[in-house]
Amino acid sequence: MTPQETVERALALSKADGCVVLTTERSEANLRWAGNTLTTNGTMRSRQVAVISTIGGAAGVVQRSAVSPDDLEALVRASEQAARDAGPSEDAAALVEPGGNPGSWDEPAAETSIGTLGEVAAGLGSTFERAAAESRLLFGFAEHALETWYVGTSTGVRLRHVQPTGKIDINGKSPDYARSAWVGQSTRDFADVDVAALDAELTRRLGWADRTVDLPAGRYETLLPPSAVADLAIYMYWASFAARGADEGRTVFARSGGGNRVGDRLATLPITLRSDPAAPGLECEPFLTATRSEEGTLSVFDNGLPIGPVDWIKDGVLTTLARTRAYGAKTGTQAVPMVDNLIMESPDGAGSTDDLIARTERGLLLTCVWYVRMVDPQTLLMTGLTRDGVYLVEGGEVTGAVNNFRFNESPVDLLGRISEVGATTRGLAREFGDYFTRTAMPTLRIADFNMSTVSQAS
Amino acid sequence: MRRLADAALDRARELGAAHADFRLERIRGQDLTLRDGRVDSTREGEDVGFAVRVVHDGTWGFAAGVDLTPEAAVTVAEQAVEVAKVSRPVNSEPIELADEPVYGDVTWVSSYGTNPFEVPDADKIGLLAEWSERLLAADGVNHVQATVLQVLENKFYADLAGTVTTQQRVRLHPEIEATAVDRSRGTFESMRTCAPPVGRGWEYLVGDTWDWAGELAQIPEWLAEKAKAPSVDPGRYDLVVDPSNLWLTIHESIGHATELDRALGYEAAYAGTSFATYDMLGSLKYGSPVMTVTGDRTVEHGLSTIGYDDDGVQTQSWDLIKDGTLVGYQLDRRMARLKGLGRSNGCAFADSPGHIPVQRMANVSLQPAPGGPSLDDLIGGVERGIYVIGDKSWSIDMQRYNFQFTGQRFFRIENGKLAGQLRDVAYQATTTDFWGSMEAVGGPDTFVLHGAFNCGKAQPGQVAAVSHGAPPALFRGVNILNTVREGGR
Repeated sequence: MTPQETVERALALSKADGCVVLTTERSEANLRWAGNTLTTNGTMRSRQVAVISTIGGAAGVVQRSAVSPDDLEALVRASEQAARDAGPSEDAAALVEPGGNPGSWDEPAAETSIGTLGEVAAGLGSTFERAAAESRLLFGFAEHALETWYVGTSTGVRLRHVQPTGKIDINGKSPDYARSAWVGQSTRDFADVDVAALDAELTRRLGWADRTVDLPAGRYETLLPPSAVADLAIYMYWASFAARGADEGRTVFARSGGGNRVGDRLATLPITLRSDPAAPGLECEPFLTATRSEEGTLSVFDNGLPIGPVDWIKDGVLTTLARTRAYGAKTGTQAVPMVDNLIMESPDGAGSTDDLIARTERGLLLTCVWYVRMVDPQTLLMTGLTRDGVYLVEGGEVTGAVNNFRFNESPVDLLGRISEVGATTRGLAREFGDYFTRTAMPTLRIADFNMSTVSQAS
Repeated sequence: MRRLADAALDRARELGAAHADFRLERIRGQDLTLRDGRVDSTREGEDVGFAVRVVHDGTWGFAAGVDLTPEAAVTVAEQAVEVAKVSRPVNSEPIELADEPVYGDVTWVSSYGTNPFEVPDADKIGLLAEWSERLLAADGVNHVQATVLQVLENKFYADLAGTVTTQQRVRLHPEIEATAVDRSRGTFESMRTCAPPVGRGWEYLVGDTWDWAGELAQIPEWLAEKAKAPSVDPGRYDLVVDPSNLWLTIHESIGHATELDRALGYEAAYAGTSFATYDMLGSLKYGSPVMTVTGDRTVEHGLSTIGYDDDGVQTQSWDLIKDGTLVGYQLDRRMARLKGLGRSNGCAFADSPGHIPVQRMANVSLQPAPGGPSLDDLIGGVERGIYVIGDKSWSIDMQRYNFQFTGQRFFRIENGKLAGQLRDVAYQATTTDFWGSMEAVGGPDTFVLHGAFNCGKAQPGQVAAVSHGAPPALFRGVNILNTVREGGR
């Protein structure tokens, strides 16, 4: 049974007011290595069918893998029963109507294989040999996944989307583990991945650690490269860009006395934070798929809703917050779905990380951040740590590696303390790169970054 | 199942695999979320699939599939061998596994009463709605979120050596959170239940295992008090830490730090390594002499509890830290053989049929002191300090050393008595300083098993459920931060 047949048969079985059928076909391949040798690896296939029944303003979602034609009716009935048990939903809305060209609906699911990583494996082989000869240890992971979604609704929507997602990250260490550096890259097909070049950058960074400097906790001028900026921006995006939460007074974007802070200036520099499903190299799903409703930003009733470009922050000013169609209707606004990519840029942004280093009299250069968690939602205060490379910059040059730190900072406050913006480049978030690979960020110069305590970890 | 397993294992053997295992899983889950007493989201899912893992020419190969036919099982076995062949040129460490007895055909079922998937959704929603209404009816509560996560897990495992296991377990994680909003001041505060996630059935929500009525009745008062509480003065304080908070500190600073794969560098690129390196086994002073910590995959109702792990190893309990000294690690068969440690202690786990088993956490617990003090006795021994209850924010570095935690409630202790709540509190320490400052642990009556549903590790990322038991414990001179001042306000 093809995914398209599954969708059509399930819709035909439906007795609900409305029905959405979402099938997902996923294939992935990965390689993992540690200490200059491969450790685990594999290829996986999975298939999911979700049926969402809507009855009297309620929704029931039941999702199964390994669904055969004989299983379909039970699946549809289970979702109808779930809807009857649930009672009316706050995010209830009429199902999305079809619009535009269904495009590739009739095509089969895309599939990757271990062969996609063949060049990477070959590159790793020679890189491991070189690393061993030069007393470096390499650890890392490469993964490629192809996911194909088919969405059909009882209102006639038929949409298909193929999402390629790939990434590689490599951690280099000295044999005593005292020196450590990291590089990461997102990719759609691995054609643009050069393992030797990634290793060369690691080697450069490990070389910076030939000299080590102990610095105490305190506030430092700090350069955040695209990876670190991505992790902080992703968390801010997830945690605080819900319109309903802000309107209800429950997020950092709530306004004292009522309402939200849309229209407030957050950054003195003309920073823009935006998403665009068509952004070159960062292409992501152009319509909404949801198997759960969440926080007034995601609704199962909105499946198939077109997703377009959106400016979250424009020229330093908070421009909009995410909302479902139902919450939009309730507040007299348009739906704003969240998008699976994120871009930060400034018209004044110029220069690579190296260029910003060259313009630094004295400051810290972070490589990436780790274990970022929210401490206080009122201010969006977050804590986290530096890892795999913090460097001292003096007189426009990196002069040594510094101990790691724990930081306590709010990304919203940081927006107001950006003193220089570099050019925007694609980068891979270190911590959240598992879930959110499609980012393009600049290197940022931040005044008085709060390094709360020293971390002895290396 | 057996036809698929036989087909896959026979094919792996024909292709020259030295080891092969077949795992078929069905994982059924349901998430229910109510917002202000109305359903916000319900989702029920079932993931069925199988995996074949081989050691071929000294190299791992893994593949997973979803078509439940012998033909597909053969194909997946061939893919697993192919993956091993592609990987062989970049593998310089031949894979060997620790010996384990063969278990012919064994079954194991966890300890629970009512399968939550046999309870009508309407009844579950009705219970959560009634609890939500109780909180919403209280003064000062503006919003309530009620969630319950439910999992029914079935695993079938077979390997070339002849072990065949069939297992089933159930787990639940209920959580109710109340939020108070002061629109005029532009502030808000929230507080949630401290009821732990458990390896129990639906009886956990309707029986007397946890005092739901008592906790729900108290939350509005605690929340109102916290909203008006004074902001803490940063500095050093004695802490009495409740099991509802200490479990997470144990998880982060002991549980992950005593995973041998981390200590040996196999997680270095992602989850990180461990300060508790292998050369320090038997000598590292992890904490004070009152500190004894066990790893245990057998404790009743534990989230990590099971009969046989995903390497086909019968599960066990053992010491990780004895009288303050590191004496053991968590192992799978690969890690056990790598260091010549004899038998694995049963910590291999994969979170889905699509993932390769990795070394994951046992239920890691701080042991109470026989005849040890009560909670009141511990608080009574503090002149100026803080009593910490419930978990909230957590973060620790990649060697499991520098950590920072907050909590649900912080009560001042003055002259051995509780003296109202504080707010904006975080405690920050290094692992060995913190556990070295532990002066006393409570007695067996104070021991409570808490835990988490969502511990993350490995690449591709996997989640695991794990319990951590602890008594309340007394720590001297711990660094307390004021989180508002940390934010520069």
